[in-house]
Amino acid sequence: MLSPSHPENSSLARTPGTSRVDLLVVAGMVDRGARLLDVGCGDGELLRLLEQKGVDGRGIELSREGVNNCVAKGLAVIQGDADTDLADYPDDAFDYVVLSQTLQATRHPRIVVEHMLRIGRHAIVSFPNFGHWKIRLKLLAEGQMPRTDNLPDTWYDTPNLHFCTIKDFRTLCDVVGARMDKAVAFNAWGKPLRLNAPWWFWNLFGEQAVFLLSRRSK
Amino acid sequence: MVDAVISLERTGRTREADQPSSLVVQFGADKPLKLDAGVELSPFQIAYQTYGTLNAERSNAVLVCHALTADQHVFNRHPVTGKPGWWNTLIGPGLPIDTNRFFVICSNVIGGCMGSTGPASTNPATGMPWGLEFPVITIRDMVRAQAMLIDHLGIETLFAVAGGSMGGMQVMQWATSYPERVFAALPIATSTRHSAQNIAFNEVGRQAVMADPEWRGGRYFAEGTKPSRGLAVARMSAHITYLSDAALHRKFGRRFQNRENPTFSFDADFQVESYLRHQGASFVERFDANSYLYLTRAMDYFDLAADYGGVLGNAFKNTKTRICVISFTSDWLFPTIESRDIVHALNAAGARVSFAEIETDKGHDAFLLDEPELFTIVRGFLDGAAVARGLPASKR
Repeated sequence: MLSPSHPENSSLARTPGTSRVDLLVVAGMVDRGARLLDVGCGDGELLRLLEQKGVDGRGIELSREGVNNCVAKGLAVIQGDADTDLADYPDDAFDYVVLSQTLQATRHPRIVVEHMLRIGRHAIVSFPNFGHWKIRLKLLAEGQMPRTDNLPDTWYDTPNLHFCTIKDFRTLCDVVGARMDKAVAFNAWGKPLRLNAPWWFWNLFGEQAVFLLSRRSK
Repeated sequence: MVDAVISLERTGRTREADQPSSLVVQFGADKPLKLDAGVELSPFQIAYQTYGTLNAERSNAVLVCHALTADQHVFNRHPVTGKPGWWNTLIGPGLPIDTNRFFVICSNVIGGCMGSTGPASTNPATGMPWGLEFPVITIRDMVRAQAMLIDHLGIETLFAVAGGSMGGMQVMQWATSYPERVFAALPIATSTRHSAQNIAFNEVGRQAVMADPEWRGGRYFAEGTKPSRGLAVARMSAHITYLSDAALHRKFGRRFQNRENPTFSFDADFQVESYLRHQGASFVERFDANSYLYLTRAMDYFDLAADYGGVLGNAFKNTKTRICVISFTSDWLFPTIESRDIVHALNAAGARVSFAEIETDKGHDAFLLDEPELFTIVRGFLDGAAVARGLPASKR
């Protein structure tokens, strides 16, 4: 299921009819029948995927178009901003709070992750790894902000504000007191890296990462 | 000539207020309507229309709640004006609120003037129209009366309750007063409390009615007068609030009405003046001035959170109702921020809520107009809810 269909194609490119690999991984981390909030749910692809698992899913999406598409599909989605609107949710409202491919576009990633861990028993975060060797090489060789198939925007025209590496994200987890229950990294072809590989290896060869976090018990 | 017109209209008033051209249910002394004002209304009647067929399980009923000046004639031609139903863009065979699939009910609100008991109805105690003797009513009273109608129809749970503006207030009241009886709720272009600005506009309207010498302290039926000018001004000022600056500009600009140059008089030189005068004049043909006072008052008093210690979230505690809140970008009467407050409260209560803001320059009235995005969203939300309710899926 996770094997690439077109090796040339970026692993997470939105091939019509197939779900993004990271979404499948996220979906695999969620228990049946759970209550879940998808922050930055886009067109509702993950929520749709999880509906089949009997998950009671809700979504927040910034773009009006995305929201209206979701609602027209019968999904419980509201227009909102991860940076400002998570504060309105009560503690422990959900089993899972998901942030897929959105962390780097938030203004305050730390506060967003803290809210996720407050609102949900678990937080699931997927993000592009800025420590990937191709990105490092591009910066070194070209001396310009790297652009890849997966991150095609120019620096002056991108929604992304806070890129981080897998190593950086682990640091954030420590700072906010999150326990890492599970982590998965994929290479450029959407293939998960060996589980027993060391972190430096993930940080160099993982193009994407998905972390399942929970609150560290006090 | 003028007198003849008035007496004809008065005949019309009597017919629709007491003997409406629609279905009607009468509640006798054994079933009084307990009002928030602390009095009971009895006997009273509710005028309503239904479209489509109630299924054997009685699980496909959709209650539509109308706005301030609308009525139960959602889909059929209006018996007084002859115009098409006020929500025939959204409700009908194959439309988002599909009368082939759903049993649609719409009743005239208590306090209205199209057949449900209101100030224009005959007070059985005096044989004269109630006028200002009619007790002040609230949105919750309207909903209580609707619940009695739903009981009368033998329906336990409504599949959906939908409405815009004052209709949306009733939807929110339904969702909090009878959460177990509402499977899905669609409040559109509305709020859980009337803002100071909106109360202010309503007050201007009421003062216009009351300033009309023909109003006669509300006893105009008995005195054979009609406060048409006052009510027309009330309608004109309200109508501005239903539109937007952009919509008015697009429709009329500064164009003159059938003339090249200003007349240097107070005639309706501008198209926008002529339009508003027409809106005012046609409104008084079909609406009762006292009813306008009562219904605007009911909106003013509406403050859902006030019944729950000022915390709106508490109003929705443990609700299982699916709610889809919709607002419009150019609606400055019920701006998006007020819909957002509803959404925040519902989130805090863990409710299953959807919220969409639709981009349009048509202002508050957009909920009644041709807004394809509104139709897609309502259809999608109801289809999703229908599946969850075990109703047959949409054929489209």
